[in-house]
Amino acid sequence: MIDIIGIEKSFGRLRVLRGLDLRIERGTVTAVVGPNASGKTTLIKTILGLIKPDGGRIVFDDEQLNGSWHYRERIGYMPQLARFPDNLSAREVLAMLKDLRGNPDDLDEELLTAFDLDAELGKPLRTLSGGTRQKISAVVAFLFRPDVLILDEPTAGLDPVASSLLKDKILRERDAGTTFILTSHIMSEIEELADHIAFLLDGTVRFAGSTTTIKATTGQPRLERAIAQLLTMEKGTLGPSTNGHAKTPERFLPVAEP
Amino acid sequence: MQTSAKVIKYELSDVIRNKWIVLYALFFLVVTEVLFRFGGGSARALLSLSNMVLILIPLISIVFGTMYLYNARAFVELLLTQPVDRKTLFGGLYTGLALPLSAGFLAGAGLPFVFHGVEAASHATTLMTLLLSGVLLTSIFVALAFLIAVTFEDKVRGLGVAILLWLFFAVLYDGLVLLLISAFADYPLEQPMIALMLLNPIDLARVLLLLTFDVSALMGYTGAVFEQFFGSPLGVGLSTGALLLWIAAPLTWGWRLFRKKDF
Repeated sequence: MIDIIGIEKSFGRLRVLRGLDLRIERGTVTAVVGPNASGKTTLIKTILGLIKPDGGRIVFDDEQLNGSWHYRERIGYMPQLARFPDNLSAREVLAMLKDLRGNPDDLDEELLTAFDLDAELGKPLRTLSGGTRQKISAVVAFLFRPDVLILDEPTAGLDPVASSLLKDKILRERDAGTTFILTSHIMSEIEELADHIAFLLDGTVRFAGSTTTIKATTGQPRLERAIAQLLTMEKGTLGPSTNGHAKTPERFLPVAEP
Repeated sequence: MQTSAKVIKYELSDVIRNKWIVLYALFFLVVTEVLFRFGGGSARALLSLSNMVLILIPLISIVFGTMYLYNARAFVELLLTQPVDRKTLFGGLYTGLALPLSAGFLAGAGLPFVFHGVEAASHATTLMTLLLSGVLLTSIFVALAFLIAVTFEDKVRGLGVAILLWLFFAVLYDGLVLLLISAFADYPLEQPMIALMLLNPIDLARVLLLLTFDVSALMGYTGAVFEQFFGSPLGVGLSTGALLLWIAAPLTWGWRLFRKKDF
């Protein structure tokens, strides 16, 4: 469905993506994992066209993206930090986005109902809490029944109830055939949701495959251990420790960000 | 409705909600009305208003424009995740900002003249030139604001550059021209002066306005040369072309940066 071929991107002297290749199959949930600053968000923003790559190409359903914008009709996006025009209310933002997409009849407002946002919809977005804005961001992402959903740390900042509601929604849409690309630092969440893993390190994909393959390759029954082992193997110097567990250098620990 | 029209619509509603624009129009309305009541007659009102237009419109357009664009960053980022073309968004943003600013000025400065009327037919020409210069200066300095906002990531730095740029065109440039004149006082400078005027949109608007006031005789030989040049079809064409180029150049440059910009 999405082919990412040799993407290069530098910010100044910092090379963030270094010839990254990745293939996203239709109907799968691909979790992009990797330590902080490994290029996850840059990759996601490149697919969306928010960031212009220096080299390489992205093919979306046989269409090579080069300043294209029509394909975004089929993408729903939930950014890491939801940013909305400050003085608009959520209701106005939703109305604006619907209007922009030609007011389709077939809207998915399931999350809007589930999150019980009625009381917040009329308030200016700048007065809302980060979690509430995150909920609205999730509503926006699912609203137009997109074929592809790109979720950048979707549950960060959500309370456990909202987080479960969102995860249930993701699972339902996955079963209905929607393609997902998501990033997360919470391994249990990835274990729950994802069927494919793309492991990023220093701007390249070091491992891409199904969750069962990654567990088989590393010989670890749990995803968290498997990914920790991948990291240690990649970093080379620190091999498996004597007690049989992979030793993970502290700064590469995939921990949840606050 | 076209996407570009929708973008303009959202931005217009945002700018109007912003109330700044209403204050801007009210300001011109009050000032023009006061000039009429206390200055006596349209001739003096026009002359005083010209000075306001030449100094204030560039300042407010560039500062308000730069500030607005930095604050609209979230709006831009949101729309770019939607099926919206960058070109449409850029064009919509520019129109949605230059249009209300021009309209605010036209309404504020124009309405008192509608009520009071002008005293002589020649004043009507001056008024038209004044209103047109105001709109062109708005378009030019909003375009410069766009260029600044896409070039500098940092809001404070962008605002600083905006104010410096205004200071350069409104104040420093004339100082440099005077310095040049005194340094080369022994040489005929009329031709180079015309070239120098074309390079500064504020000076260009000022010269065009002065010429319609019939005061160019006061400017001596230079005034005569200016009148001869800017009164000729070639001069009119060149000065209009220069003003339009002052809109097109920063906009094109800004668009090139915007097209490649990472959000």
